[in-house]
Amino acid sequence: MFRVFVLIGGKCIFTQLMAMNRMTVAQIRKHLSQFTIAIAGCGGLGSNAAVALARAGIGKLLLVDFDLVEPSNLYRQYFFCDQIGTFKTDALAENIHRIDNSIELETKNIKLDELAVIQLFSDVDLVIEAFDQAAEKQMLLEAMLVNFPEKPFIMGNGMAGYGNFEAIKQLQWDKQVYICGDFTNEISEDNPPLAPRVGIVANMQANLAMELLLKMSK
Amino acid sequence: MQIFLNNRPEQIEGDEITISELIRQKNFTFKLLVTKINGKLVRVGERDTTRVRNGDTVEVMHLISGG
Repeated sequence: MFRVFVLIGGKCIFTQLMAMNRMTVAQIRKHLSQFTIAIAGCGGLGSNAAVALARAGIGKLLLVDFDLVEPSNLYRQYFFCDQIGTFKTDALAENIHRIDNSIELETKNIKLDELAVIQLFSDVDLVIEAFDQAAEKQMLLEAMLVNFPEKPFIMGNGMAGYGNFEAIKQLQWDKQVYICGDFTNEISEDNPPLAPRVGIVANMQANLAMELLLKMSK
Repeated sequence: MQIFLNNRPEQIEGDEITISELIRQKNFTFKLLVTKINGKLVRVGERDTTRVRNGDTVEVMHLISGG
């Protein structure tokens, strides 16, 4: 626990910040290596969150997407131009293994529905929602609340455009449901998703996933 | 009756209202919503038949495309 004294108008005000458990990078990596995270959607949010978690030392990632890498994906997603036309899951797995080939990876080239959610996510420790379409976000949120109410679930909601950093926040919406985003900016032709803001939200999701897993024991 | 909608007190006419009617009345314009009453999920298909009564807490989250 940190104790912080803040001087305001000559008065000393005592505040306490949330306890942050201080760990070495070796301790963090050892702890994270026990856990599996599912990445539902390997686009702008999913590919960037997965790479951050891979670098942080997660044990296993389950990568789910049905799409192929397209040229416009390179504006914000963690792929390279020689991967255009390949499955996003396979391309992302390749890139993660170039960063760290000790991470266990499983890929599923499917479009998720509730049945697949139940089958695929029963054994993972945490799920990151990284879909593009609001209808898919709704399906996954409802499926998680109904089937896995005790499993940590981190969504991204609203990150189109640029600037306006202070509008991005993180809130807890249920016992195990967390949502990161600005809750406002829907993608459209004149409000596109762009690398910096999508990357901010993806890394918020990865950061929160780490925080939750570091509090969990196996 | 009084309910709590997204943590704010709201006065609603009548003794009860369905979730679907409440969404219309309060002009939630986003198409994709997830709803809860008293902390419990009300799925899309249950909104026409699930009733909100005096003192209930209703949460409505709108989901936005992009990711």
